[in-house]
Amino acid sequence: MVYLDHAATTPMLPEAVQAMTAQLTVTGNASSLHAAGRRARRTVEEARESLASALGARPSEVVLTAGGTEADNLAVKGLYWARRDADPARTRVLASPVEHHAVLDAVEWLAEHEGARVEWLPVDGYGRVHADAFRAAVARNPDDVALATVMWANNEIGTIMPVRELADVAAEFGIPLHADAVQAFGQLEVDFAASGLAAMTVSAHKIGGPYGVGALLLRREYAPVPVLHGGGQERQVRSGTLDTPGIAAFAAAARYAVGHREEFARDIGALRDVLVKAVRAAAPDAVLGGDPDPAGRLPANAHFSFPGCEGDSLLLLLDAQGIACSTGSACTAGVAQPSHVLLAAGMDADLARGTLRFSLGHTTTEADVAAVAEAIGPVVERARSAGLS
Amino acid sequence: MTTDAPRRLRVLAAMSGGVDSAVAAARAAEAGHDVTGVHLALSENPKSFRTGARGCCTIEDSHDARRAADVIGIPFYVWDLAERFREDVVEDFFAEYEAGRTPNPCLRCNEKIKFAALLDKALALGFDAVCTGHYATVVEHPDGSRELHRASDMAKDQSYVLGVLDDQQLAHAMFPLGDTLTTKAEIREEAARRGLFVAKKPDSHDICFIADGDTQAFLAKRLGTVEGDIVDEAGAKLGTHEGAYGFTIGQRKGLRIGTPAPDGKPRYVLDISPVDNTVTVGPAEALDVTALTAVRPRWCGAAPTGPGTYTAQLRAHGGETEVTADLVDGELRVAFTEPVRGVAPGQAIVLYDGTRVVGSATIATTERVRAVA
Repeated sequence: MVYLDHAATTPMLPEAVQAMTAQLTVTGNASSLHAAGRRARRTVEEARESLASALGARPSEVVLTAGGTEADNLAVKGLYWARRDADPARTRVLASPVEHHAVLDAVEWLAEHEGARVEWLPVDGYGRVHADAFRAAVARNPDDVALATVMWANNEIGTIMPVRELADVAAEFGIPLHADAVQAFGQLEVDFAASGLAAMTVSAHKIGGPYGVGALLLRREYAPVPVLHGGGQERQVRSGTLDTPGIAAFAAAARYAVGHREEFARDIGALRDVLVKAVRAAAPDAVLGGDPDPAGRLPANAHFSFPGCEGDSLLLLLDAQGIACSTGSACTAGVAQPSHVLLAAGMDADLARGTLRFSLGHTTTEADVAAVAEAIGPVVERARSAGLS
Repeated sequence: MTTDAPRRLRVLAAMSGGVDSAVAAARAAEAGHDVTGVHLALSENPKSFRTGARGCCTIEDSHDARRAADVIGIPFYVWDLAERFREDVVEDFFAEYEAGRTPNPCLRCNEKIKFAALLDKALALGFDAVCTGHYATVVEHPDGSRELHRASDMAKDQSYVLGVLDDQQLAHAMFPLGDTLTTKAEIREEAARRGLFVAKKPDSHDICFIADGDTQAFLAKRLGTVEGDIVDEAGAKLGTHEGAYGFTIGQRKGLRIGTPAPDGKPRYVLDISPVDNTVTVGPAEALDVTALTAVRPRWCGAAPTGPGTYTAQLRAHGGETEVTADLVDGELRVAFTEPVRGVAPGQAIVLYDGTRVVGSATIATTERVRAVA
C-alpha cells in the first residue's frame, strides 16, 4: 500500500512501540502512594520532563490529555470560562476560520451555550492570519477578549501561521493565545517558551506515538476551568487516571521526532516537492492549495484541487490502486462537504469539492511518490468524466 | 444465468444498511467480482438514529452498511445524492399527490437515482455494473441481450419496482438475490452465517424519506391543509376533508363520514379532483375499471409494435391480471379482460410476458364500468 495520509495518523515509531509495550504489563496507578504507584509516577514524570524538553516547556506546563481534541477543548472552553469568570465583560473569542473542528466546534459551542461572541479572523488566500489583522481585531476592545486561538499550521493545506508575531500582539494586550500545534509538531521547530503562546495543543499519534494521548502545554499563570472533573490529576485541570504506557510512548516518539526533525523536514520536503511537480505535470490544471513557498507550508503536505472533479471520486480511484490519501475535508455522516478551510481562503465552492491532500511521513519512499505520479493523470481524467454529482 | 464462466466485473454495490443489499454485495464478491460498496445519502438532514423499525438514510444505516462492507472485505464509500433525490423523487412525490395522483417513489428512485445518477457515475468511474438487493432475475442471452424476469420466488418478487428500467439500464444491473429460491428467513440466516450483524435488522417498509411512516402528515406539512368537500356520486356533500391530496383511489379507511351509506355498504374513494378540492366516494363496484391509459412508457427491450396480450401488475405486492395492451401515439392503451378494482392514477402498470418484464408506464386515466359523476 502507498500510504500518503500521515496527517490523519502515522505509523508508530519502533521506539514508541517499545516504550509502550514495556509499560503495558507493569501495574501501578500514578496517583497511588505505594511502591507500584510511585514507579508509575516516576515513569509519567520522566515522560513529562522528556516532552517538556522536546517542546521547549517546563515540565509543570505539560498537561497530559487523551489526545489533541481534548487538549483543544480544554484550552478553548477552559480558558474562556476562567477568563469570563474573572471578568464578565470578557466574552469575545477571536479564532481563525481555518481551525480544525476540535477548535472550531468548541468555539461554536461557546457561542451557542455560553454567550461567547465569536469573531472569525480574516485570512489570506493561503488561509493565513496576519498579525496586523489580529492586532486590529484585538485593539477594537482588548478588555472584552476572553481568548484567541490560531493553529500553528493548517492540517489540510499546510499553511504555517506567524505564531510568534501573533503571540507578540496577544502579549501586548495581555490576552491568552492558544495554538493547535498538532500538525506542526515533528515537522517545524516548536518551542513553547520561545513562541510566546499561553497554551498549545500537541498529539502523540501524529508524530509516531500511540492514539489517545496528547497534551496541552499551558503557561503556569493560566488555570483553565476543567472540562473533566474528578480526581484532580494534572494540576487540578485534567482529572483522570494517567495513561502510563501511552504517555511513556508519547515521550519516546517526541524525543525521536524532535531529535530527527531537521533531517526529516529536509528529506520529506524534497520528496513533497517531487510529488507536487509530478502531479502538476500529469494534471496541469491542478491548483496547489496553501502557500506555494516551501517556507510557508508544512514540508510533508501537498494539497491540490482538481477542477471538475469530485474529491470522493479521486479518492475512490486512488484507493482502488492501493494509494491512500485524503480529500482533506471534514465529513458529516460520511458525506463530503466542501472544506471550510478552502472556503475561508476564498476558494470557489465547486473547485473546493475536488480536493486531495497527500501527507507524507517517516515511512514515505520515493516509490510511493512515483506511484502517485503514475496514477494521478488517468485518475483525474476519469474522475472528471464522472463530474460533479 | 450466463452459460459461460462469469466475467470478473467491477461492481458497485448499493448498500442501504439493510440485510438484502448486504447479502447481495456479499454474493457478488463471493462470485469473484471486484465489488465496492456505496451507501447513498439521500436525506439532506439525516437523523442520527432510526425512529422505530422504519426508515433508511440515517447515520445509523450508513454505519450499518459500512460495517457490512467491512465484514465482506470490500471498500466502502458514502455518496451524497440528496440533492438529486430531493429534485427527482421527493419533489415529484409532492407534485403527484398535489395533482390527485398516487406516485410510487421507489420506482422513481430506481429510474432516476439508482439506475441513472448512481449508474452514470459508476460507469464513468470505470465500474461495469450496479448491484442491489432487489429480488428480480436478469436472464442473459448468448448474444448479450438481457431480459428482466420476476424473482424465482414470486412471494418476494420486486420486478415491479424495476419495471421502469430500460435495456441500457438493465445491461448494467446485477440482482444477486433474484435467482435463488430462498426465503427471507434464509437470507437472514445467510447474513448471520456471513457474520453480517444486519441479519437481525428489521425490514424497511413504506417510504424511506417518511421516517415515521405518516404520509398524510408529511404531505400536510408541505402542502398545507385546505378544507374541501367529500361528496357522493350524485354530488351530495357527505363530509369534509383537509386536502384532497391526502386520498388515494380505492381508499376506504380514514374518510370520517358521519352518516353511513343508505344501503349500509362501505364507501371508497372513487375520484379525487384537485381543481375543486373535492373527493368523491361511493360503493366498491363503482371502482371497477375496464381500461386505462398510461403515459411515459419505458420498455425493457423492444417496444411492442401492435396490440398484444400480457399480464399486468398495477401496484407493488399486487396480483396479476390479464390485459390487452397497445402503444398508440406514445401512450399505452390497456384493456382488462376482467374489470379490476382500485386503480390509482400515478401508479405504474408493469406488463409481463410470462415472468418477463416487457415494460411499464404511469397510469394517467381509467375507464370505469360505472361513470363517476
